[in-house]
Amino acid sequence: MFIYILRRILYAVPILIGVNLITFMLFFMVNSPDDMARVQLGAKQVTPQMIEAWKVERGYDKPLFYNAEASGVEKVTKTLFVQESSKLFRFDFGRSDANRDIKEDIKARMGPSLAIALPTFLIALVTNISLALLLVLFRGTVLDTTAMVIAVMIMSVSGLFYIIAGQVLFSKIWHWVPISGYAEGWEGIRFIILPVLIGVFSGLGSGVRWYRSIFLEQINQDYVRTARAKGLSEVRVLFSHVLKNGMLPILTGVVVIIPSLFMGSLIMESFFGIPGLGSYTIDAIHAQDFAIVKAMVFLGSVLYIVGLILTDISYTLFDPRVKL
Amino acid sequence: MSLHLLLTDILLWSLMIGGMAWGVYMRKAKAGLEAWRDIFRSPVAMVSAVILLFYLAFALLDSVHFKVNDPHRSDSGSVISLLDMAMQHRRTFSERTYSAPFATQEYTRSVVVDKKGVTHQSFLPLKHVSPEGFWQKSMWGMGVGIALALLLIFLHRRWLRGGHERGEPLPWRSAYMTFAILTVLFSWLYVMSFSFHVLGTDKVGGDLFYASLKSIRTGMLIGTLTTLVTLPLALVLGVSAGYFRGWVDDLIQYLYTTLSSIPGVLLIAAGVLTMQVMMDQHPDWFATTVERADIRLLFLVVILGVTSWTGLCRMLRAETLRISQMDYVTAAKAFGVNSWQIMWRHIVPNLTHIILISIVLDFSGLVLAEAVLSYVGVGVDPTMYSWGNMINQARLEMARDPMVWWSLFSAFIFMFVLVLAANLFSDRVQHVLDPRNVS
Repeated sequence: MFIYILRRILYAVPILIGVNLITFMLFFMVNSPDDMARVQLGAKQVTPQMIEAWKVERGYDKPLFYNAEASGVEKVTKTLFVQESSKLFRFDFGRSDANRDIKEDIKARMGPSLAIALPTFLIALVTNISLALLLVLFRGTVLDTTAMVIAVMIMSVSGLFYIIAGQVLFSKIWHWVPISGYAEGWEGIRFIILPVLIGVFSGLGSGVRWYRSIFLEQINQDYVRTARAKGLSEVRVLFSHVLKNGMLPILTGVVVIIPSLFMGSLIMESFFGIPGLGSYTIDAIHAQDFAIVKAMVFLGSVLYIVGLILTDISYTLFDPRVKL
Repeated sequence: MSLHLLLTDILLWSLMIGGMAWGVYMRKAKAGLEAWRDIFRSPVAMVSAVILLFYLAFALLDSVHFKVNDPHRSDSGSVISLLDMAMQHRRTFSERTYSAPFATQEYTRSVVVDKKGVTHQSFLPLKHVSPEGFWQKSMWGMGVGIALALLLIFLHRRWLRGGHERGEPLPWRSAYMTFAILTVLFSWLYVMSFSFHVLGTDKVGGDLFYASLKSIRTGMLIGTLTTLVTLPLALVLGVSAGYFRGWVDDLIQYLYTTLSSIPGVLLIAAGVLTMQVMMDQHPDWFATTVERADIRLLFLVVILGVTSWTGLCRMLRAETLRISQMDYVTAAKAFGVNSWQIMWRHIVPNLTHIILISIVLDFSGLVLAEAVLSYVGVGVDPTMYSWGNMINQARLEMARDPMVWWSLFSAFIFMFVLVLAANLFSDRVQHVLDPRNVS
């Protein structure tokens, strides 16, 4: 088991290097060290000498991928790419254009992101699965068909509409909750209720459809017929057989996104003024702050890969057929 | 006036021609034709298809551009499309600011100084509106719509009776109903748009009916052209990974795992930011703002394509792995057929259902993604008409008091109808073509 996990983690290393390569190429194509120096030194009276000095000081004077002047292994290691990648691997994200420590910013903003993303995720999971089970229980009836039509309709509306409509109805017209903002602790609940509800609702259509199709695939299996033949009630069949066997495909789709919850939701956070990582990213994109976007790309990939590893581990825990 | 096709125009039209050629080719294959007839046997699919075609017609109409060379015209030198010409009355004459749908005066009060020199606040009348004869115009607009719809339906029936209808009849009645409703609705709105701003005006007085119609092209382009990028990538890489296995497989799997592990929106944002800076550094690449917006749209499509081929590629690889174990492929190998021939003639035709399902499934997602990306600031050019840009503006308008609801409403209706039709159609395609649904 331990060796298996170790192997999975080692397998993640080349993928992360690949991610680094992509981001490196994307960003250095437009945001060369010269540009960075100009931004950092301020726009006025920047001489080429000052840029050179800045680059030497920060180690940005190296070639991109191959250093012909160095010797031995250093031909490859004394390059910008290796230098930048190793910084990212140590989670050293450097400073933003506004000269703030990106790592500290990210640490401070993870909490608010999670405060929205985690409740949304959990409530959505429970609602979607229960509704899907309900529909499978009533499959083929008018309830099922109507619910499916509504599900397609919910899916067909852009998430932006739900947010705008929710804000207008609940905050502007009915004044139930504040329109945006954030506070720590229990005080903050009135701020997160609306984004969480909207998040759950906008995912309802696709979620219920997905779980329903998983359960329907199970319901035609032989073991379900056997269970019914034993005389089990339809409800018992659903909960103790169909739900249990449906867990595996559900795990694949669900576990992988758990670590990414830290990243928060881009749109939700910026609409509701929540100081999380999502709004951080949006602000960085609007300000064209490449250092932050690069850090977020790397962080997002790391979290996704952690999610993949967790998925594999959860398989070994939940599926007795998988033995390591 | 001279024909001046933009790059995206050419691509959209070639995609159309390619699709039609493929359709004609498929007519010969009996199984394929049967599957298509099966798809359209559902009235819901028929209705959705008519709606999609309606949208497509507008996109195509808006994809024939001309350059105005007439020095007597105020807009000389600009590039306009056929749709722009049809909507000339709402393209060039704009109001000063917001006005509600069918309104005759502005939405907000403005300070006016009358002849006596007294200032007071009042609602100014709109400049390009003629409210008299509302009912006559309405009757006229609907009448034209009904006549046109009946004529086309009659022609289609004659054509069907001419021996083109084979096998079980398709649910034409629902198609005709949808077509008639859409035609009447549009012709009413179009006739009324000469005398009113039927969907109101935006902040700078631009007509929203015109903006919504123009946005159709943007949405349809993003939904369809992205396929041109994803399909070749996914097909070539997926099939070679599944067929050759070994190190080719490892390499391609590594490639798509790496790409898919970067969060989608962030990768798109990074790509678009890069492109933006590149375009800012080379302002000489484009002659007009329309061309600039067009190139930007094209880049966006490419970036969307490059970031979204991985899912399809994974599915094609898995299916190719399965197919290349089949006896007929082994037989072909034993006969000494070369690898490319086997892939092209024996494997790819058996992947068509997966490709089709994924194309129609992705379409609605891409249309919705455009809105989100425009909001994030990495979507289409801000000068371009798109539902994303409309929603983006509407966000501030909804915060006003009293609310300006109509631009959100227009974008909502136009988008919702398109995406709903696409979703329903893709459900049907999936239901018919997916072999797992045999039961």
